Amino acid sequence: MILHQHLFSTLAPLGCNAVALAAVRWRRAPGDGGPGAGEDAELLDRLRAGDEDAFLLLVDRHQAMLLRLACSFVASRAVAEEVVQDTWVGVLRGIDGFAGRSSFKTWMLRILVNRARSTGVLESRTVAVGDAGPVIDRSRFDASGAWMSPPEHWIEDSDDRMLAESVSERIRSVLQELPARQREVVMLRDVDGLSGPEVCLVLDISEGNQRVLLHRGRSRLREALEAELGVA
Amino acid sequence: MVELVTDYLEGAMPRRLRRRFEAHIAGCEHCSEYLAQMRLTIRLTGRLQSSDLTPAMRADFGALYERWRAERG
Repeated sequence: MILHQHLFSTLAPLGCNAVALAAVRWRRAPGDGGPGAGEDAELLDRLRAGDEDAFLLLVDRHQAMLLRLACSFVASRAVAEEVVQDTWVGVLRGIDGFAGRSSFKTWMLRILVNRARSTGVLESRTVAVGDAGPVIDRSRFDASGAWMSPPEHWIEDSDDRMLAESVSERIRSVLQELPARQREVVMLRDVDGLSGPEVCLVLDISEGNQRVLLHRGRSRLREALEAELGVA
Repeated sequence: MVELVTDYLEGAMPRRLRRRFEAHIAGCEHCSEYLAQMRLTIRLTGRLQSSDLTPAMRADFGALYERWRAERG
């Protein structure tokens, strides 16, 4: 009987609103560098050899990412800019000691997070991982977990509206409204292209937390885009 | 499904759950739309990029570099 129940519970079909029960560990190791790692390595070599242009190119490549993350940690744009400036000083000073065990991005972002934390981090950051609760309102499902108010079909990929600046604007503003931790994870993963393990290293969070934060942030973005991109 | 979608996209699902997830998606039009929307959301977010350095910032960073060179010897 117990066996039956067990079989039933693991083989039953999933409802549309099914909740996570289990998780397995990463298959991808940290430090594989991700996109652009080759260019970074080349610029670092040139920088070590005394090429100032290489430094400016590195700044160009990463300044936006650093500033975005810094803004999430500290209260004002001015302080964020200082933190970023400090980070570059730390990068220059540390460059000869950077062994490439992690990617350059990860290494640099960890410097930034340390500087930001020592500068004074926003109080609201102490909020726990989840604003708990479902990512989709329960009223959109019936008692069996099936959709009652299903997601509206989105316009085609080729539609101009998909590429419109208003879509990017909407994403930017929703990112700003997300809790800081969710925003940081979504930005680092989806805008800056870090891997999950890299984000865990940079922000000092567990794999599970990283996934929950990513899930909440992305779900919130999808919801906001439903209004922009729905066909109706 | 809506609460599992990130675990699925992250490859963080035990194989058996993954199979059930995929079986569900295959038979559920709405959830398959939802999954497509999550993928598209990720792509659209990835389009956000910005800001070239302004000339003033370029000069600041030039100075930063010079200081470092002097310090490094």
